[in-house]
Amino acid sequence: MQITVTLNGSDQTHDVEPRTLLVDFIRTKGELTGTHIGCDTTSCGACTVLLDGTPVKSCTMLAVQADGRAVTTVEGLKRADGLHPLQAAFKQEHGLQCGFCTPGMMLVGAALLEQNPAPTEDDVRWAISGNICRCTGYMNIVKAIRAAGAEMATS
Amino acid sequence: MTLTQKPSTPPEIGGIGHSVRRHEDDRFIVGQGRYLDDHTLPGMLHMAILRSPLPHARINSIDTSAAAAVDGVVAVVTGELLAQYNLAWMPTLSGDTQAVLATDKVRFQGQEVAAVVATDPYIAEDALELIEVDYEPLPVITSPQQSLAADAVLIRDDKEGQTSNLVYEWEAGDGAATEVAFARADRVVSLETHYPRSHPSPLETCGCLADVNSATGQATIYMTSQAPHAIRTVFAMVAGLPEQNIRIISPDIGGGFGNKVPVYPGYVVATAASLVIGKPVKWVESRSENLISTGFARDYHMKGELALTNDGRILALRVQMLSDQGAFYADAQPTQFRAGLFHVVTGSYDFPAAHVQCRGAYTNKAPGGVAYRCSFRITEASYLIERLVQTAAYELGIDPADIRFKNFIQPDQFPYETPTGFVYDSGDYPTALRSALDAIGYEKLRAEQAAARDEGRFVGIGIAHFTEAVGAGPSKKYDILGLKMIDSAELRVHPTGKAILKLGVRSQGQGHETTFAQIVADELGIPVTDIKVVEGDTDNTPYGLGTYASRSTPVAGAAAAVVSRKIADKARKIAAHLLEAADDDIELQNGVFSVKGTPGRSVTIADVSLAAYTNLPDGMEYGLEDVHYYDPPNLTYPYGSYVVVVDVDPETGVWKARRVVALDDCGVRINPMIVEGQIHGGLTEGFAKSSMQWITFDEEGNCSGSNFMDYLIPTAWETPRFELLETCTPSPHHPIGAKGVGESATVGSPAAYVNAVIDAVAHLGVRNIDMPLLPDRVWSAIQSARATGG
Ligand code: FES
Ligand code: FES
Repeated sequence: MQITVTLNGSDQTHDVEPRTLLVDFIRTKGELTGTHIGCDTTSCGACTVLLDGTPVKSCTMLAVQADGRAVTTVEGLKRADGLHPLQAAFKQEHGLQCGFCTPGMMLVGAALLEQNPAPTEDDVRWAISGNICRCTGYMNIVKAIRAAGAEMATS
Repeated sequence: MTLTQKPSTPPEIGGIGHSVRRHEDDRFIVGQGRYLDDHTLPGMLHMAILRSPLPHARINSIDTSAAAAVDGVVAVVTGELLAQYNLAWMPTLSGDTQAVLATDKVRFQGQEVAAVVATDPYIAEDALELIEVDYEPLPVITSPQQSLAADAVLIRDDKEGQTSNLVYEWEAGDGAATEVAFARADRVVSLETHYPRSHPSPLETCGCLADVNSATGQATIYMTSQAPHAIRTVFAMVAGLPEQNIRIISPDIGGGFGNKVPVYPGYVVATAASLVIGKPVKWVESRSENLISTGFARDYHMKGELALTNDGRILALRVQMLSDQGAFYADAQPTQFRAGLFHVVTGSYDFPAAHVQCRGAYTNKAPGGVAYRCSFRITEASYLIERLVQTAAYELGIDPADIRFKNFIQPDQFPYETPTGFVYDSGDYPTALRSALDAIGYEKLRAEQAAARDEGRFVGIGIAHFTEAVGAGPSKKYDILGLKMIDSAELRVHPTGKAILKLGVRSQGQGHETTFAQIVADELGIPVTDIKVVEGDTDNTPYGLGTYASRSTPVAGAAAAVVSRKIADKARKIAAHLLEAADDDIELQNGVFSVKGTPGRSVTIADVSLAAYTNLPDGMEYGLEDVHYYDPPNLTYPYGSYVVVVDVDPETGVWKARRVVALDDCGVRINPMIVEGQIHGGLTEGFAKSSMQWITFDEEGNCSGSNFMDYLIPTAWETPRFELLETCTPSPHHPIGAKGVGESATVGSPAAYVNAVIDAVAHLGVRNIDMPLLPDRVWSAIQSARATGG
C-alpha cells in the first residue's frame, strides 16, 4: 500500500508491504542509514526516532502506522547553521565510542531537553534507560545531554 | 612512577597526552557512519539462516523443496551442497573444525543447518519456515562435568581419533615445588567458583556482504571483523581461493569486544552463495542469532587453593580449571596456550610456586570462548586470584587490604618473573592500592561497616588489584594458527606535509583514527588533524592480526611510533641537506628541524616533505614513506586497584554499588579522554557480569538467554557512577611507554563488585556466591549462612 511519511521535513511517498517495519522503511525507502537495528525485542533503542516529536522504537512500529506523520531521524537533527548542540556535546564530552547507539541516544536526549531543559543526572539516566550502550558506561552520554541542555539554555 | 604525565607537544599539534576530540565522531554524530548493514550493492540478495531448535540430534533428512519454490527465493543452501565444494566444515582459530552447515548432526541449539538466499530479507525469513528437517534427538550434555563422565555420549564423533569429550589438557608452573610448599604451609585456603558463560553482545550484530565476481574470481567481502587480515588468510585456506583475490573490508564496526574475531559459518555460506549465484549476498544476523550462536565468553569452573603462613604470607597457589567449550573449540587462542593466558592467575603477588592445571570439554552449547574485553582468559584468572586472596583474608582474620600489601610484588622487583612464566615489566602496586583506599576513605568505611552491622545493615567494601598481560605478542611464543602475532603500520607523508597512516588492526569504537594519529603527531610534529588513519581493508593496509586482547596500542601503536621514527630519520637527512648542515646536528621538535646551537636555522616538516619529492640529497630515494612490522619483545602489564562500596539489603539480597573508585595504571596515556572512556565501559561490563548478565541453559540444552529481555544488560539507570584515578608507570620496552587499557576494567572490576557483596555478608560466614550476584542468590547465601549459625 502507498504511504506518505514526512521524513526529516520532506514528504516520502512509497509503496510498502503492510508488514514493513518503520525502521526498514527509513533505512531502505528513505535511504537514511543513521537509524540502526540492535535487537529484535524492543530492548536496545538503537532504532529510536522521533514520531511527531516523541521518541519511538522504529523496529516495533509498522511503516503504515507512520503514514501522514512526521519522523525525525539523526540525519534531521543538524541545523542550518551547523550541528545540533547535542551533536556537538556528544563529541565534546566523548559521549560515543562505536557510535552505534548514538543516534538513538541523541534523539531521546533531544526529546528530553524539549520537555526539561535542565535535567538532573537522574532525569537523564531515567530518560535514556530504554537505550543500551555497550561501550561507554553511560557516564559521558549523561554528561553530553546535560551539557547540550546548558548550551541550549544560553544560546 | 609518576602520578600523571604531561604532553610534550602543543595543543595545535595534539600529540601524546592531549585529550584530542575524536576524528571519527564527525561522521557518527550526523548518522553517516557506514556500518556493515548500511552497505548495498547492485543486484544484492539477502540471506537468512535456519538454525537447529535442538541441542543434539542426528539429521535424517532436509527437505528444501517448498522453500525453494517460494517466489523470490534464489537458492537454498544445505551442508550437502557445501560438501560438494568441500566447504561443509571449516577450521576454527584454535585449529579445531566447525560445521559450516550441519550435515550429520547438530551439536548445539542454534547451529546453522541451511540458508535461504532471496531477493528480499523478509522473503528469505519466510522461506526458512518451509524447510523441513527430520531430526532424531540425542542425549544432551550441558556441563563439562557431565561431558567428562565415563558414560557420556561422544559429541565430536565426526573427528577421527576423538574418543572422549576432552578438548585439551594443559598445565603451567611447577607441580612438584607447589606440592612441597603446600605440605609446609600453616594454612590452606580454597575457593571453588564458576565464572559463568557470558556473551559480548556488541550493539551491532555480526554480518557480511559477499561479492564474488564470477568472471575474475575476485571476492570482496564486507565483514564485521576485528581481524580482517587474519580472516582473509583463513578464508584463503577454507575456500581454497587465492589470497590476492580476497579483499576483506571491515567497515565501521558497532562494537566488537571479542565477538567479531572468529570466522562464522554465515560468512562462509554467504561467500559461497555469492560465488555460485554470481550476485552479491548480504547476511546480517538477528540479536537472538548473535546471542545463541556466536562467540560466547568465560564458562570456567575454577578451584583455587592458597598455601599460606599464619601471618598471611602466600607460599604457593594451586589451580584446577575446567572449561566448557561448547560443541566446537573455537577460542581465538594463541597456539601454545590452550587455556589462553589463564596462567597469569598468580596476579600481583610475589610467591615462589604455582601450578595450574586446565582441561576443556565439549558440550552441546554454542562454540566461541572469545576473549570478551579480555586478553585471552585473563579475566577469569584475575577474578579467581582476587577472590581467593579475599577469602584468605577472612579465614586468617587479616584485613583484605593488608593481606594484599603483605604479598604485593614490590616496585624494585621488576622485571619480575612469575612462577608460571610471565615477566612483568613494571609497576608500583602498593602506591596504587594505597591511593585508591585513600580516595574512598577505607578506614572510615570499615568503621561505618562495623557500626552498620550493629544496626543490622550490611555494608561491604570490595577490593581488587589486578595485573593484566596484554599486547600479544612476541613471535617466539605467540601465534594464531601459526600466524605470528605481530602488527604493522605504514606511514606516507605527502608533499604538502599531510600524512596517511595505515594499520593492520581495526577499531570498533576505541578511537584509533584519533589516537594513532596522535602518536605520529607526537613523533613528527605533523598536526593531528593533518593525519588520516586507514584501517580495515586488506587491499590497502599492511598485514596484522587485528584488534582484540588489548593488543592495538601495545603492538600496532608501537609500530606507528617506530615507523614514524624511521620517517624522522630520513626527514632529518633531508633537513640537513636543506640547511646545509651535518645530519647529526639536526634536531626535531614539534615539527621543526633546526641546527643544534643555531635555532634560527630551521625548516618545517612540511618543507622537508615537499623536498622529499622535489629536492633530495644525492643518492637518496624519493618519497617519504615506510612500513614497520612490530614484534614486541614482551607483553605489557597494565594494572589497577579498584575499590567498591556496596549496600546489601539483608532481607531481599538486593545490592547497590554506592561508590566505585578505579585507579588504573596503563603506562603512558595517548589520549586521556579516550582512556577514561574505555575504563568507564569496562567498569560497566564488569558490573554487568557480576550483577545480571549471563547466558543460561536449561537441562535440555535450551538457551534461555537468547534475547535482550532474558539476557540482561545494565542500562544507565542501574549502572553505577565511577570515580577514576591514575598513576603512570611507563612500559620500559614499549616505544612510547604505553601498555593498553581497553579491557583492564572488565578484567579487574568483577572481583571488586563480588568481593564487596561478599564482604558485606562475610561476618555471617559467606565465602562464595557465584556470579551473577542476583538478589535471590545473595538472599539464599544470607539465609543458609544464618541457618548454619554464621
Ligand atoms: S532495534 Fe529497536 S529496540 Fe532494539
Ligand atoms: S557507543 Fe557503542 S553502543 Fe554506545
